[in-house]
Amino acid sequence: MEPVLLRSLISMGILGVLLGAGLAFASKKFIVEVDPRIEAIEELLPGANCGACGFPGCANFAEAVVSSQVSANGCVVGGAGIVDKISQIMGVESAGAVIPKKALLRCGGTCEKALDRGKYSGIEDCRAATLLGGGTKACSFGCLGLGTCVDACPFKAIEMGDDGLPIVNKNICTGCGICVDICPKNLFTLVPETSDVHVLCASTMKGASVRKVCSAGCIGCKRCEKVCDTGAISVTDFLASIDYEKCTTCGKCAENCPTSCIIVLSHQERGLVEVDDIAH
Amino acid sequence: MDLKELFLLFIGSVLVNNFVLARFLGTCPFLGVSKEVETAFSMGVATTFVMTLSGLATWFIENYILEPFGLPFLQYVSFILVIAALVQLVEMVIRKTSPPLYRALGIFLPLITTNCAILGLALLVALRGYGFIETAVFAFGAGVGFTLAMVIMAGIRERLRFADVPEPLQGAGIALIIAGLLSMSLMGFSGLIAM
Repeated sequence: MEPVLLRSLISMGILGVLLGAGLAFASKKFIVEVDPRIEAIEELLPGANCGACGFPGCANFAEAVVSSQVSANGCVVGGAGIVDKISQIMGVESAGAVIPKKALLRCGGTCEKALDRGKYSGIEDCRAATLLGGGTKACSFGCLGLGTCVDACPFKAIEMGDDGLPIVNKNICTGCGICVDICPKNLFTLVPETSDVHVLCASTMKGASVRKVCSAGCIGCKRCEKVCDTGAISVTDFLASIDYEKCTTCGKCAENCPTSCIIVLSHQERGLVEVDDIAH
Repeated sequence: MDLKELFLLFIGSVLVNNFVLARFLGTCPFLGVSKEVETAFSMGVATTFVMTLSGLATWFIENYILEPFGLPFLQYVSFILVIAALVQLVEMVIRKTSPPLYRALGIFLPLITTNCAILGLALLVALRGYGFIETAVFAFGAGVGFTLAMVIMAGIRERLRFADVPEPLQGAGIALIIAGLLSMSLMGFSGLIAM
């Protein structure tokens, strides 16, 4: 055999073997132990990387659970089933799921009920419209209805209704809170899934001013406060708010509300649907 | 070689003979990862790191294996082999010793294996017959030059998002034009040092 060929073969062969052996040795020496529980938990998680748990993604949440930084029920989206399984993997008693929360639009000012100040023909985005003097609704608190929340919802749980207000599909909504953050009018709030009575208004204007611009707004008349047996409703800044811990969902406030801005979901169609599935 | 010459060598590899803008090596990451300054900088740092190490490793191969055995034609094969193995090793070590750095470099680290600027550097060093210290300085300078080009490019492209670029030129077209202009402006350094 040619000497050059032989030399190349031998030198390259030895080099290859040395490098290979070196890498094999290094992979043993520098091995990074990955806790198998992290992967197991990550597989259980919904994988939407929605960030509702406060971590950038499901993988980070799984890591935090394993290193005991957060409790197993941190994943709002996953619900009770996942909490039990995660607890099992972690070998702790199930922490019990938090009551799932759903997004609720605190505005009842549909195209019919709320007045407009003018026409908007800019970018179809509530945030852009808000920059132009607060948008076109005469009520400065009202929903602009351009559907920024619809686009932002990673679960496609929000749809734009025919009446100009977004509708949250209760079955799909996971309570991740992305719509809460993105709405420039701050209209979304997360409410416990088990509550059926809600105030669909966010206006803190005086009653007379509300009346001028919207027929579905809270005028701060305090009637609901008076009829509530459990003291769950209070009116501050001309706006009723419900303490969901005290509320028994009797619906008296809704019956007595002159502008019907308080609703009982099982009787109404606004806000959260689907109505068929509301009875628990 | 004294300190002054080493400094000139460094400046030369950073500015005058910048690997990306004067030699047109490593153009793929230059165009591919230069959309944001932050990632461009991480990529630059990772490349500098690997460049310096691989420059030295290939120097050993060249001077202690290829030269003595009279096998200079195996440069390409052996250099690629060594660079690939080295990057693997570096990745393992970093992963073990510094997880934050590992996360910051991310996918860039293994990708650098195929960066032609690395191989180009190894071949240039062999061609010019640099010594050990010179190789280290030259390789580090080349890495710094690469980082510089990446960051400048990323800075321009970040601003470009708000520019009114004619439709046929959007995307890759305008990126190539910018690269050409940048390269031309860097040619202004060519009289700085006679290499």
